[in-house]
Amino acid sequence: MMTIAPTSAPAGLASRLGPLARELGVTTFLGAVLFLPFIGLYSENLTSGLQLVKRWEDWAWAIGAVFVGRLLLIVWREWPGRRRSTGALGAALRPVGSFLRYNMTSIGLIALVLAIAFPLTSFGNRYTIDVATTWMIYIMLGWGLNIVVGLAGLLDLGYVAFYAVGAYSYALLATEFGWSFWVCLPLAGLFAAFFGVTLGFPVLRLRGDYLAIVTLGFGEIIRVILLNWVPVTHGPNGVSAIPRPSFFGFEFSRTASDGAMTFHQLLGIDYSPLHRVIFLFYVILALAVLTNLFTQRIRRLPVGRAWEALREDEIACRSLGINPTNIKLSAFALGAMFGGFAGSFFATRQGFISPESFSFMESAVILAIVVLGGMGSQVGVVIAAFVLVVMPEIFREFEQYRMLVFGAAMVAVMVWRPGGLLAYRDPTLRLGGKKGRVAPEGDPA
Amino acid sequence: MPDPVIRPDTPLLEVEGVRTRYGMIEALRGVDLSVHAGEIVTLIGSNGAGKTTLLNTICGEPRAHSGTVRFAGQDITRLATDRIVRLGIAHSPEGRRIFSRMTVYENLQMGALIADPAHFQDDLRQVFTLFPRLEERREQRGGTLSGGEQQMLAIGRALMSRPRLLLLDEPSLGLAPLVVRQIFAAIQEINQRQGMTVFLVEQNAFHALRLAHRAYVLVNGLVTLSGPGSELLANPEIRAAYLEGGH
Repeated sequence: MMTIAPTSAPAGLASRLGPLARELGVTTFLGAVLFLPFIGLYSENLTSGLQLVKRWEDWAWAIGAVFVGRLLLIVWREWPGRRRSTGALGAALRPVGSFLRYNMTSIGLIALVLAIAFPLTSFGNRYTIDVATTWMIYIMLGWGLNIVVGLAGLLDLGYVAFYAVGAYSYALLATEFGWSFWVCLPLAGLFAAFFGVTLGFPVLRLRGDYLAIVTLGFGEIIRVILLNWVPVTHGPNGVSAIPRPSFFGFEFSRTASDGAMTFHQLLGIDYSPLHRVIFLFYVILALAVLTNLFTQRIRRLPVGRAWEALREDEIACRSLGINPTNIKLSAFALGAMFGGFAGSFFATRQGFISPESFSFMESAVILAIVVLGGMGSQVGVVIAAFVLVVMPEIFREFEQYRMLVFGAAMVAVMVWRPGGLLAYRDPTLRLGGKKGRVAPEGDPA
Repeated sequence: MPDPVIRPDTPLLEVEGVRTRYGMIEALRGVDLSVHAGEIVTLIGSNGAGKTTLLNTICGEPRAHSGTVRFAGQDITRLATDRIVRLGIAHSPEGRRIFSRMTVYENLQMGALIADPAHFQDDLRQVFTLFPRLEERREQRGGTLSGGEQQMLAIGRALMSRPRLLLLDEPSLGLAPLVVRQIFAAIQEINQRQGMTVFLVEQNAFHALRLAHRAYVLVNGLVTLSGPGSELLANPEIRAAYLEGGH
């Protein structure tokens, strides 16, 4: 952590007044230039044609706001006696990060208990449980992609393809053959993993940018196939009337179909449409927890270790007898498998899917969750999924401003926490409970 | 493939007429050399002579264009790198290439991935005895180590796979003279105590020749001289070309 002795004000400050004034001037000027087309000029569609409206007053206000804002920022920064650190947000988050790191298991358990209790409390209404379910889907997708991007370091811009494969596998198997969700779920994971391997084989030699472009293309190819292979996928119409999962054969409906029994009859309680929503929430919670436990476990196994080593140095890995091809394939396949699970859950929850749900934007959001959370950080994914998926939901009323805030938040995090919210890689093992000194990167010994 | 007959005099590593190309450029133009079990053999040569290329060719990346590489009598010329390494050749590559974000301990674990886990604790003890500095820093990230410590880690990591042959690519690169001496002392110890066979590629001819039982001189992709280390050390040509001045 960089700490600089407080500026010896006022003598030190006086000598820097010039540059500070210049900084203020430049910012204001930039504001003026930028806001001229954004706010100062406005085109209005009148009957007489397109009219250019000039809003000089609003423009002046905007420039004023920039001026005052920058002035406050400078004053705050230069305030005598204030210790300067690498970044306010960074400094604020650091103790949080280390607290989270050392109490990971207990925090995880508390979070799990809270998650299990949540639908049964008074907070659990249809809307909140729905939002929480969506959050869980993205957490699971984030954890799945984390294997590929965070652990193995393979930039995958087409992750949504596996999500789509999983969703369509279930949707088609269920509607065409009437197979149950619990049979289709592992199948969907297998199909997705198979696609992961199929994609993996040709692109294994590629790295970084090239890999990103190919995976991006793969994601689009899947979407275009879904859109155009009408006889099978029903094209843009999507697949509808996808069966909902049942509770070990007991349906969630008011009246049972022939010879069957419903869930509320089983428990002898009144029918409520909420039962299914709660049940779906528990299903995705279980799937997400499974993903997490699996990842935590495999990170400590040789193959998980090899992923991380591969991310750091492929040549070194080869000289240690690791076959990079197999290791990359396993990461792709496993990441894809969890994407497929999440996809088939998505299909059963929505009851309707179409290629529209699997656009590039989805891949981007999932990737943003992984990057924002801090590559390889499991807790980071949970927080980032909240920020990127739940927050926009909460602030839905603000409509177009949410994208603005979203963008600003992304920029802020990348400026102050370039490695992600919880950037530090947690040591995957520690000796005899002794907390090893984790030196920040680039800190010379 | 029938089991190759291993006679007692079969070299552990045998390189025969190996040619390696990078596109149109021939980096190795028919190299012959051999390393016997228990020896330290060094290959010296100036920048661009093809030293690293030879080590990499032995490990199968890039592959030899023609010629043969045999390990314990078995032809390994066409095997994949990971297969070659699993046969018992550990390669400490040029530039150390340790995993900078992993701890020292995790780096050593990575070295032991292909070894029998039953030996892990013994091997770890051996590496820590050889390089006590690594034990002091075992929970520290690789990237925070000094250059010398990183080199120790690279050698230690290679040893963790329980190799029969240790390939070292310029372990003295970029290190202070005192540290170079420590590293070379350690290499000698590995050879004498554990009976490890070492094939050492070096630009630092003085240290390498003093250490080695036998040595080869590589010039422009061809072996021009070979003989016992002490003999080459006394050779006026060698002295003029590699020892006086820079090193």
